[in-house]
Amino acid sequence: MKLTGAEIFIECLKREGVKTVFALPGGVVLKIFDTLYQQKDVEVILTRHEQGAGHMAEGYAKATGKAGVCLVTSGPGMTNVITALADAYMDSVPMVCFSGQVPTSLIGNDAFQEADNIGLSRPCTKYNFLVKDVNDLAATIKEAFYIATTGRPGPVLVDIPKDVSMAKAEFTYPNSVSIRGYNPTYEGNKWQIKQAAEAIMKAKKPILYVGGGVIFSSASQELLELAEMTQIPVDMTLMGLGAFPGEHPLSLGMLGMHGTYQANMAMHYSDLVIAIGARFDDRVTGKVSEFCPYAKVIHVDIDPTSIRKNINVDIPIVGDCKTVLREFNQILRATVNGEQKELRKPWWDQIQEWQQAHPLTYHQEKDGPIKPQQVVKRLYELTRDRDPIVSTDVGQHQMWAAQYFKLAKPNRWLTSGGLGTMGFGFPAAMGAQAAFRDRLVLCIAGDGSIQMNMQEMATAVVSKLPVKIIILNNGFHGMVRQWQDLFYEGRYASSYLDTTPDFVKLADAYGAVGLRVKKVGDLDAVLKEAMATDKPVIVDVPTYPYENCYPMIPAGGCNHEMLLEDPPELKKKQVGAGKVTPEDKDTVLTA
Amino acid sequence: MEHIISVTVENKFGVLSRVAGLFSGRGFNIESLSVAPTLDPSMSQMTIVTSGDERIIEQIVKQLNKLIDVIKVVDLNETEFVSRETAIIKVHTKDADRAEALRIVDIFRANVIDSTPSTYTIEVSGDPKKIEAIINLLQPLGIKDLVRTGRVAVAREPARPVAVQTKKVARD
Ligand SMILES: Cc1cc2nc3c(=O)[nH]c(=O)nc-3n(C[C@H](O)[C@H](O)[C@H](O)COP(=O)(O)OP(=O)(O)OC[C@H]3O[C@@H](n4cnc5c(N)ncnc54)[C@H](O)[C@@H]3O)c2cc1C
Ligand SMILES: Cc1ncc(C[n+]2csc(CCOP(=O)(O)OP(=O)(O)O)c2C)c(N)n1
Ligand SMILES: [Mg+2]
Repeated sequence: MKLTGAEIFIECLKREGVKTVFALPGGVVLKIFDTLYQQKDVEVILTRHEQGAGHMAEGYAKATGKAGVCLVTSGPGMTNVITALADAYMDSVPMVCFSGQVPTSLIGNDAFQEADNIGLSRPCTKYNFLVKDVNDLAATIKEAFYIATTGRPGPVLVDIPKDVSMAKAEFTYPNSVSIRGYNPTYEGNKWQIKQAAEAIMKAKKPILYVGGGVIFSSASQELLELAEMTQIPVDMTLMGLGAFPGEHPLSLGMLGMHGTYQANMAMHYSDLVIAIGARFDDRVTGKVSEFCPYAKVIHVDIDPTSIRKNINVDIPIVGDCKTVLREFNQILRATVNGEQKELRKPWWDQIQEWQQAHPLTYHQEKDGPIKPQQVVKRLYELTRDRDPIVSTDVGQHQMWAAQYFKLAKPNRWLTSGGLGTMGFGFPAAMGAQAAFRDRLVLCIAGDGSIQMNMQEMATAVVSKLPVKIIILNNGFHGMVRQWQDLFYEGRYASSYLDTTPDFVKLADAYGAVGLRVKKVGDLDAVLKEAMATDKPVIVDVPTYPYENCYPMIPAGGCNHEMLLEDPPELKKKQVGAGKVTPEDKDTVLTA
Repeated sequence: MEHIISVTVENKFGVLSRVAGLFSGRGFNIESLSVAPTLDPSMSQMTIVTSGDERIIEQIVKQLNKLIDVIKVVDLNETEFVSRETAIIKVHTKDADRAEALRIVDIFRANVIDSTPSTYTIEVSGDPKKIEAIINLLQPLGIKDLVRTGRVAVAREPARPVAVQTKKVARD
């Protein structure tokens, strides 16, 4: 029997196990929406902006490990989703975006709402397809999912002209895909693996530096085994949080620009860096020429371009984290004995010394303004038993969330690392909530960032996605303000937000629930109330506006030279220097 | 250092822009690029002349390999190769110069492929040095037009095995 392109599209989604599509309609995709409307297998979540749809697909993907799917129209629909594609590309998020296109006969004619979707998305997708013939549609969709989810994952765009969605073809779904130019390497080179295992046995000051790759390859169990067996401490990147249990004694927390003191010191003084699925981003390496000066580097990554892109590597292993870690463990199981612990005792003592010398700190006065770290800490403590999924926006609040929200398991952490996209947090949380309706999903947001995709509150209310948003409301683009205080002599050029909407009323206006924490003593009660609500909630928490995020390695600085607190001249200046939301101004001013 | 990279790609639309986009997006340099179908019409052969230090060339080769439409990448500098470029040069030739022009054509084993009372159109093939040399000699006569193909290159049949980098074996 022949099916229309739109029907083929849906059949393909079903074969790929897709239950949810984040979408916004338009002229050239109406046939597809009309067909979706008449079936029940695939749920459509109507977003209010295509960027929201894109980030929802990302959140869905990060929480489930499967490809997220979004569907947008041609022209402006496509340009709106670009930010999400770029975000997914930087963070290697598996996602398939379907875009509508003007009919094939009109392509290139500057037709109404025409855009060069392939050209626009080329630099921000892993691959993209224009389907010119309905007979190619099924095989193309199969390839799109295959490319998005294998090797180093990433976003793939499938551009479907209007006439293709309406034309008919015989439906057959291929069982397998073979692309001669695309064969990701999963098995690591045996000889290199052996070399690496030997180096691991010999090292006196080894450190595991693990990133998003461990999460993509579901290798947490193997990582845990390796770390425990060899007693090697673990540094996580921002994208790797959750790959290793945050409360584990071997966890040193996050490393990098806002990483913990012990994580960065251990990296700097290590004699063997074992990088697993991490890409030596400049927020981690700091000044490249002085990065890990004493270390040999082992680098396991599925993407050969990640290796030796930024730093030199002594033992490169191209392969999948899980497969390679298993091989490490197999070799090491036979060789590890009590000696390693003995050999590394001075190293471990040193690390603990660092840990005790400069733990993460902040000072919360009993009646003083609310400190953002306190909010994250209490949120963590109050919700950890419910194993929540946590998303963040971008800025200081993101870094405090990374520092204080200790994740026990992978796929619980949704954040935009590579592109640093403000406005990511809320829709990403909604995407995760759509995948797991019964789970607790939190979004730790900034007052600046949340306004970049606030419109999705309507989606959350209508589609019953009861995400709990906690806004750390400091009245500023706080991260920008921090840099201005530290590097631009305190000139707050366009970082002060001045008027911010009343988020409680705003939530109310959307039909969600709005709550405000008026003083630190109310924090627990309000957070508990929010968690007990079955609707989407905004918890507005006015926080001390001048709190800075430490440790901090200034851009281009060296990893062992961290700023640990405000320089003295800054401390003096801050007290009482500004305002938050109008009604809470007084609390802050009297701080 | 200059490298000649030979890239076998899928012969379909959009592939050239993916390769060109890779170079422009990452700030790599393309000195010349030529593309044509291979014996197997489903594939095309690109010859890219680029330059950069070892680290950059390594990234270029890896990034090219990463492109899904790229089937094979060979950095010809890792082996012995032969390369050729063709130029077509239109020169003004007044009466007195016509003999001189033909002499130069002869020396360089070039060909006159078109001729009018006041011009010769000359085709010459060889390595870039040779092309530069003939251009320099013809310049005084007055070059009206000049087009060059950019280089094409192929590995010499090896006395020893060629270091071919296929997609399965990453350079590690
Ligand atoms: C405001 C702000 C501050 C930041 N501060 C920090 C900071 O202090 N510390 C920090 O770490 N980051 C920080 N970041 C994030 C930083 O920019 C990078 O996004 C992050 O460091 C990259 O993490 P990653 O190395 O784990 O790589 P990812 O982007 O997660 O990439 C994963 C790597 O693993 C590989 N991979 C994928 N799948 C597999 C597989 N199956 N097997 C093997 N390998 C695989 C990929 O090829 C890739 O190389 C910050 C971002 C922002 C916005
Ligand atoms: C879309 C986008 N525009 C600009 C930036 C630059 N930027 C990074 S952090 C930041 C401030 C974020 O403010 P807010 O969301 O209030 O978070 P805070 O730092 O105050 O916690 C800005 C403007 C960005 N990351 N993303
Ligand atoms: Mg803010």
